Amino acid sequence: MNDTQFEVDRDNLEVRITRVFNATPDKLWAAYTKPELIVKWWDNTEVDKNDLKVGGAWRYVSHGGDGSVHAFRGEFKEIEEPKKIVRTFEYEPMAGHVMTETLNLEPVGDGKTKVTTISKFDNAQDLEGMVSMGMKEGSSAGLDRLATVVENI
Amino acid sequence: MDTFQALSDPNRRRIIELIATKGQLTASDISENFKISSSAISQHLKVLREAKLIDMEKRAQQRIYTINTASIHEIEEWARKMVKTWDERFKKLDKLLEDLKKKGGKK
Repeated sequence: MNDTQFEVDRDNLEVRITRVFNATPDKLWAAYTKPELIVKWWDNTEVDKNDLKVGGAWRYVSHGGDGSVHAFRGEFKEIEEPKKIVRTFEYEPMAGHVMTETLNLEPVGDGKTKVTTISKFDNAQDLEGMVSMGMKEGSSAGLDRLATVVENI
Repeated sequence: MDTFQALSDPNRRRIIELIATKGQLTASDISENFKISSSAISQHLKVLREAKLIDMEKRAQQRIYTINTASIHEIEEWARKMVKTWDERFKKLDKLLEDLKKKGGKK
């Protein structure tokens, strides 16, 4: 129970992360959407913009342990409280490589919720780019910086 | 050609599985397992070699293909790191959710 599942689906150019939490969808919705709560479980991250409506902009800024700054941004496409959020995602230094991120919150009984995050890439090169960046960051500066790179996928 | 692009084709993934299962194979061994033409197989093998997912060695008139284990290992290692990163983050989220429940209970 509570195992994190991580799956790379190369046919559909998707990365899926799944986990069951011991909380209701309402609580998870709050943790995923309220800036003051987001920063409690995403290390060294500021929520610069979080305009939670269709067409609204979001932007997070992460601070690496070595002083580096990484900014991520996008636009909300679908919002269905407390079930689903679809938003675009761009890493600012690689603007133009846009992926679509879908968050699904599904009650599974007993007060538990299954959380699925699907990152859909435009093309195989973008998926590979994210992987090689994650590899490089991970091996050169430890998991903190890897986390900075991958946390918004 | 990069790793993920090379792996994005189902036939190429089957070729890798086949070589991994058998240890080493010639191009004609591989072709026997597919309905597509041997020239299409050659093209796939070229892509896989360029992505460093497989190695080729010439012995007499034959080309012997083997898996590049270092490269395959790198992909697995990346996936393992991703799981670790998310596990750590999700543990913090567990704690936050517990705190939210406690606050909710006070009301």
